[in-house]
Amino acid sequence: MQIHQYDVVIVGAGGAGMRAALESSVRTRTAVISKLYPTRSHTGAAQGGMCAALANVEEDNWEWHTFDTVKGGDYLVDQDAAEVMAKEAIDAVLDLEKMGLPFNRTPEGRIDQRRFGGHTRNHGEAPVRRSCYAADRTGHMILQTLYQQCVKNDVAFFNEFYVLDLLVDHDLSAGQVGAGEEVNVTGVVAYDLATGEIHVFHAKSVVLATGGAGRIFKTTSNAHTLTGDGIALAYRRGVPLEDMEFFQFHPTGLAGLGILLSEAARGEGAILRNAEGERFMERYAPTIKDLAPRDIVARSMANEVREGRGCGPNKDYVHLDLTHLEPAHIDAKLPDITEFARTYLGVEPYTEPVPVYPTAHYLMGGIPTNIEGEVLRNNDDVIKGLYAAGECACVSVHGSNRLGTNSLLDINVFGRRAGIAAAEYAVGASFVEMPEDPAAAVVAELEAIRTRPDGEKPGEIRKALAETMDLNAQVFRTEDSLKQALADIRELARRYKNVSVQDKSNAFNTDLLEAVELGFLLDLAEVVVLGSLIRKESRGGHFREDYPKRDDATFMRHTMVYRRPLGGGTSDGDADGPFSSSMEADDYRIVVGSKPVTETRYQPMERKY
Amino acid sequence: MTATTETTATKATQVPSFTVTLKIMRHIPSDVAPAGYGEPAPAGTTRWDTFTVQVHGTDRVLDALHKIKWEQDGTLTFRRSCAHGVCGSDALRINGRNRLACKTLLKDLNPSKPITIEPIKGLPVIKDLVVDMEPFFASYREIMPFLITSGVEPTKERLQSAAERERFDDTTKCILCAACTTSCPVFWTDGQYFGPAAIVNAHRWIFDSRDEGAAQRIEILNDREGVWRCRTTFNCTEACPRGIEVTKAIQEVKRAMLTRTH
Repeated sequence: MQIHQYDVVIVGAGGAGMRAALESSVRTRTAVISKLYPTRSHTGAAQGGMCAALANVEEDNWEWHTFDTVKGGDYLVDQDAAEVMAKEAIDAVLDLEKMGLPFNRTPEGRIDQRRFGGHTRNHGEAPVRRSCYAADRTGHMILQTLYQQCVKNDVAFFNEFYVLDLLVDHDLSAGQVGAGEEVNVTGVVAYDLATGEIHVFHAKSVVLATGGAGRIFKTTSNAHTLTGDGIALAYRRGVPLEDMEFFQFHPTGLAGLGILLSEAARGEGAILRNAEGERFMERYAPTIKDLAPRDIVARSMANEVREGRGCGPNKDYVHLDLTHLEPAHIDAKLPDITEFARTYLGVEPYTEPVPVYPTAHYLMGGIPTNIEGEVLRNNDDVIKGLYAAGECACVSVHGSNRLGTNSLLDINVFGRRAGIAAAEYAVGASFVEMPEDPAAAVVAELEAIRTRPDGEKPGEIRKALAETMDLNAQVFRTEDSLKQALADIRELARRYKNVSVQDKSNAFNTDLLEAVELGFLLDLAEVVVLGSLIRKESRGGHFREDYPKRDDATFMRHTMVYRRPLGGGTSDGDADGPFSSSMEADDYRIVVGSKPVTETRYQPMERKY
Repeated sequence: MTATTETTATKATQVPSFTVTLKIMRHIPSDVAPAGYGEPAPAGTTRWDTFTVQVHGTDRVLDALHKIKWEQDGTLTFRRSCAHGVCGSDALRINGRNRLACKTLLKDLNPSKPITIEPIKGLPVIKDLVVDMEPFFASYREIMPFLITSGVEPTKERLQSAAERERFDDTTKCILCAACTTSCPVFWTDGQYFGPAAIVNAHRWIFDSRDEGAAQRIEILNDREGVWRCRTTFNCTEACPRGIEVTKAIQEVKRAMLTRTH
């Protein structure tokens, strides 16, 4: 075992982690721990763009962007956070350009901008050109640019290190720490994939930037590595999770595969059609049609299929039609995604429509933070020194449905903020002592999996989990389907206790690490389903067929889910909230509270496009 | 209205399930006891294992590898992440050619014969299909892959015309998968050679109108292990899963060296 000491430890080297590292590393001694080489992170898969009201091509301002974000999130957005993001978006884009990011340009040589779903002029009048982009590989260019700057600044990376535990000086999971008491982060425990050696990182500040958890679903645009590690670790250590029932299903995944085709296609003029060739979005969103927010488009598509107007031999997808666009225009603006259609489905987008169906894409919920990126342990108190940013965090700028491009923006704005805050805190703080033998618990769990001679195969459990989530907790949800999903997850969690791997070695044991990741997925799937059961309304990405209306009277609040011991422990948070409850699993209790939504200038209205 | 169900051919989905045999090179790590690691074999050795799996028409080599790992042999070790050709984790030598496992459809590989899978060549193998990428990234870092400018930073964006932007577009596509570098015969015999990927990334900056570091990068690549070692065999261009004209980019860097005025 090796012990390291850094002022700031950043977990994750995608956009949020590296943006934080660029700020933190110039202020104080910083390490970045990543389970992948940084350039492998899933930020690189983002395609369409990053919105900012630069007004380079038409009139725009950050207030319109704030409004669109709030409305797009079906008013479950914390409006102070959305305002920060929309305001700082402009500098965030300019910062990236100054770092060398090759944005597409206007004829005048300025950063070009294009349309994107839900982004409008003057509070919904018409689509606006707000998305700054680099062809359809904007995320790739952001990831490369941030990594290049990290190389320039000689940032210390620990690549292919898996974080296995988050160290905090009070055991929050017991539910015995009262409101207002001081709680400090003390570091993380990590596993070096190449050797199997355990590394303990003692830190004054820790920034969690581990990304999403799309792998709880079967059909997903997410990388195999997006298993919600940081979110699950925080949850296991007693941190609540916020709004986890809100998962975004991106409308245009390649049918049957889930590979993402950017909304930029529709931004450039592509049209969704059903088997009758009808442009069906005209019925669902008469004003902005195919450029309605993702939750609406995904639901409309699923509805077309359900009502028998799906395409193909099994009528189980719809068509994305680009055939009316000039091939030269497609090549210039959408080269990568048209290649995906050719490579994976053998479809030529110049002449043939592309089969598409919604794919699990983005987790709106996550680790609750304030606008400085500090992690909340209940509705009010922060854990000193602990920060989160990006998809693993819930600040909450996306509310119940994220607008396209706002994730690349989120990682830049809040990654930067978390990096600055973590470093500034660390500079003024001293190291808090770690618990004795900080790695003992996780090493014991790891060794139990590794040395168990025979047992359940992780691959089988993971497959069953993903299948029940797709079947029962996807675009359309009901009480019955969710109860089925919950029962399935509980059963799989029981089987997981007897999980065993075939690879018993130390070097590069991905069999073992996949089993660990499966544990994270099971924990998070349960929270997603439980939140969905409790939220008896439909809002944004969460649609309950048995409760198809938004219910502001009861549910205009953030869900906060805590894991607590059976029998004991206080119910942190808002125990008397309108949908507070408690539920027992085999070994623990899940306590559900809620947190008010911050409203500044926008009153909730009905969401029409 | 151009789209109708009748005219749509989702060709890959029309290919029925079929059986493929994969012949995979296994490398047993030398620094660990191989207990429980597949069939007993002495550490530090390699062997070929053969697996047969049932796959679908749209399945890629990566799907077959996952099927083996999840259903037959959990010890089979390889890197992967995004699974659609943008993260650069799974470059492998497939039937003797460097490709991304997640971008190579099995149906396109003549499934009637066993498909051979090996790690990419020229980098030290750690385990099975996993190689040590550190030497590769070290070369990348050496060419100063970041914007170099002088003078006062502008308050707004730097201007760049669409044509200037287009000049280096091709080389911005690089995902650092190492397929090009590890397809290069010069790199195989001389691990000190910078290799195509590093030169591609130098090209990305040398031809960026905003950058002022071209002279420094050209100096670095004028080294005896630099661009002049390229023998123009075009393996790199063929290997690039992103369709970058790698050899052309190397030629352009060579030309920039010969014509530089500074």
